[in-house]
Amino acid sequence: MRREDTKDEAAFRAEVRAWLEANAKPRVAGPPQALDHSPEAEAHHWEAAKVWQRKKYEGGWAAITWPTEYGGRGGTPIQQMIWNEEQSHFDVPAGFIAASLGMIGPALMRFGTEEQKAYLPAMLRGDEVWCQLFSEPEAGSDLAAVRTRGEVDGDELVINGQKVWTTSANFAEKGFIVLRTNVDVAKHDGISFALIDMRQPGVEVRPLVTMRGDRHFNEVFLTDVRTPLDHVVNGLDRGWPVTTFVLMNEGAFIGTSNPVDTSATALIRHAHETGRLDDPVARERLGEAWARERVLGQLQDRMKGALLDGRMPDVDGSVLKILIAEWGHGRAELATWLQGAGGLLAGADAPEAGLWQDKVLSRGLISVGGGTLEVHRNGLGERALRLPKEPRFDRDAAFKDLKTSR
Amino acid sequence: MALELAEHNLSEERLEFRDTLRRFFEEHAPITEARRVMEEEGTGHSPALWTLASEEMGLAGIAIPEDAGGQGFGLKELAIAVSEAGRHLAPIPLFASAGLAARVVQHVAGESAGGWLTPIAEGHAATVAWVEADGDWDPAATTLEVEGAGDDVTLEGEKHFVLAAGAAERIFVVAREPGTHCDEGLGLFVVEDDAPGLVVECRESVDLTRPVWTVRFDGTPAKAVGPRGAAASGIRAGLDEATALLCAEMEGGMRRVLETAVDYAGDRFQFSRPIGSFQAVKHKCADLLIDYEGSRTASDGAVVAFDEGDPEASILTSVAKSHLGPAYVRMATESGQIQGGVGYTWEYDAHLFFRRALASKAILGDESTHRDRLARHVARELEGGQA
Repeated sequence: MRREDTKDEAAFRAEVRAWLEANAKPRVAGPPQALDHSPEAEAHHWEAAKVWQRKKYEGGWAAITWPTEYGGRGGTPIQQMIWNEEQSHFDVPAGFIAASLGMIGPALMRFGTEEQKAYLPAMLRGDEVWCQLFSEPEAGSDLAAVRTRGEVDGDELVINGQKVWTTSANFAEKGFIVLRTNVDVAKHDGISFALIDMRQPGVEVRPLVTMRGDRHFNEVFLTDVRTPLDHVVNGLDRGWPVTTFVLMNEGAFIGTSNPVDTSATALIRHAHETGRLDDPVARERLGEAWARERVLGQLQDRMKGALLDGRMPDVDGSVLKILIAEWGHGRAELATWLQGAGGLLAGADAPEAGLWQDKVLSRGLISVGGGTLEVHRNGLGERALRLPKEPRFDRDAAFKDLKTSR
Repeated sequence: MALELAEHNLSEERLEFRDTLRRFFEEHAPITEARRVMEEEGTGHSPALWTLASEEMGLAGIAIPEDAGGQGFGLKELAIAVSEAGRHLAPIPLFASAGLAARVVQHVAGESAGGWLTPIAEGHAATVAWVEADGDWDPAATTLEVEGAGDDVTLEGEKHFVLAAGAAERIFVVAREPGTHCDEGLGLFVVEDDAPGLVVECRESVDLTRPVWTVRFDGTPAKAVGPRGAAASGIRAGLDEATALLCAEMEGGMRRVLETAVDYAGDRFQFSRPIGSFQAVKHKCADLLIDYEGSRTASDGAVVAFDEGDPEASILTSVAKSHLGPAYVRMATESGQIQGGVGYTWEYDAHLFFRRALASKAILGDESTHRDRLARHVARELEGGQA
């Protein structure tokens, strides 16, 4: 349960609300519309997101918790939470740029040189969009196995290799990349973290079409791509701490950016209207889905409550991530089950404009993206329950001597 | 090393209260005590332990108002106590007396409840008998009819699935006015343990540390508690609170089950390494934690909602009970599995928690009952919103 705003928080909320009312359209509930995953639609969303980001920047809302010296508002996490709550009532393209702001921004503030931090204002304005070049075909859950090479050539780094699962690489002006700069030392000790210009020869972006048909992700091929040595963050071969810092932020970002979907209520309404609620099996399954949403909401309140009181949350973020994923899948499957044969249809032909089919087919977004559920379960076992780690064979040997699948 | 989960959600006072209770139970009611009672008595009740818990710790009257001789705390404190009892499978009628009887009596008798609550607060255990042979936990299913006019009546018939009937000095019985149906005509009547024609019989039960009882009345005298024939809403309110408290009790057991599994997985070596280092076992442990975290949040949410007078408290209780029932069974099952062969023996405690989990899932309505209630409730609310 959420506590009442303090006087200052209420004033802040009123200010946020007034600005949003003047600059955005309220969210209105209408008939569901089929999602458009075409490249044109994605480009359109992306442009809208950049316009919105610029608007927020000019209003002073681009980054509420960032220090003012980097263009932020110097506010508190509670103010950020208030912003998120208020923004949810408006029809705005949130989420697109927020991801890179939430990940590379904090890393530059923590590890960057003054020169590197000079990128922050353009990032906030939405002028320069950043993408995260982390995963590779041979480095998924085991990110420290990256083999995209970075070789020093004078005062430049020359980069060759392949990245994958890069969100929005086709729209990004800049990228932050995890590289292998030393193969003669242990795997974690030969990694560098660099900033690169995505708009240069040698950077080839190919969209990766997911099973539901969107082109959210890309493969990025890098051939003799160059970046100045002073664009290496935290020094050569010292990129792993920066990488884990970014991953931690990604985890926190994913944990807080999925508001509880109240759609079990919508499912019950639909079942009620169509007479499906007379079926006791349907009632039981719907009751279960509704209860899960409440439990998830209570878990999120527990995390937020800790934040509001300035305490450490006493529930691990991976618990939420796993439940959001698994219960979300369960709910989408339940929705298409309730549709009966109508569940065979998709898109505009399907009941409720195929939104549920879309969710069923986007399963991997949350089960794999941001760390597979298996990696999160390892984390719960080792971090929260302090169980012993698996024996490892890749800790001490030089990277060049490690076994790989290729 | 024993697993100790973070506990930033409890105030310092409540944490201290919990620790005091935990020390009490660890000293006086280790699981060996539950096991001794199980093997020697078979009643699930240790009179000496209950006397100690009532007199030394005041557990019998934690949430009973001070002017009725209790300690005057809220349901949250009572929930902490039943949770610790659940953690130790303590063979005392804490849930039945303080969590069930006192709550139902309080709601049915209202202003005049004090006279019934004082003996409960003093440790004279009580219970509620409302379910009948068909096993329906809904009081509307009551068929037992009272005979006679005024406050003094007689009962003829039987009640089933009664908790702690052997320990109770008073049994509060749900019965109805002749010829009435559903919620109409329901009343609460109290029977003294030495009343003529009263027989209590311990049934052979899956849960060996808390068996269920059958209670038979043969022209047994009983006294009306609260207004005759108009107790349905009070009974329901009391049973709702009892359900939230049962969830709290389950949470205590679930936590123990989680800790036991994780400790075992860290200590037990096979193939020259702790089995908890194997992903197959580690992921099972992670799943136990996920089940536990949802459960502790849900049971706490229900209890606190009652304390805060939240009108959704009853619904949050169904959310909790539907979640915790299957979660406790899953956790007890997998915790036993992680303990391998010994988890399957009589000597190890895993089966005692597994048995308690199976019983707790059923008592006061299983997950199907509560999920059905939730779906109907949401549909009704939606209709109300549209009208």
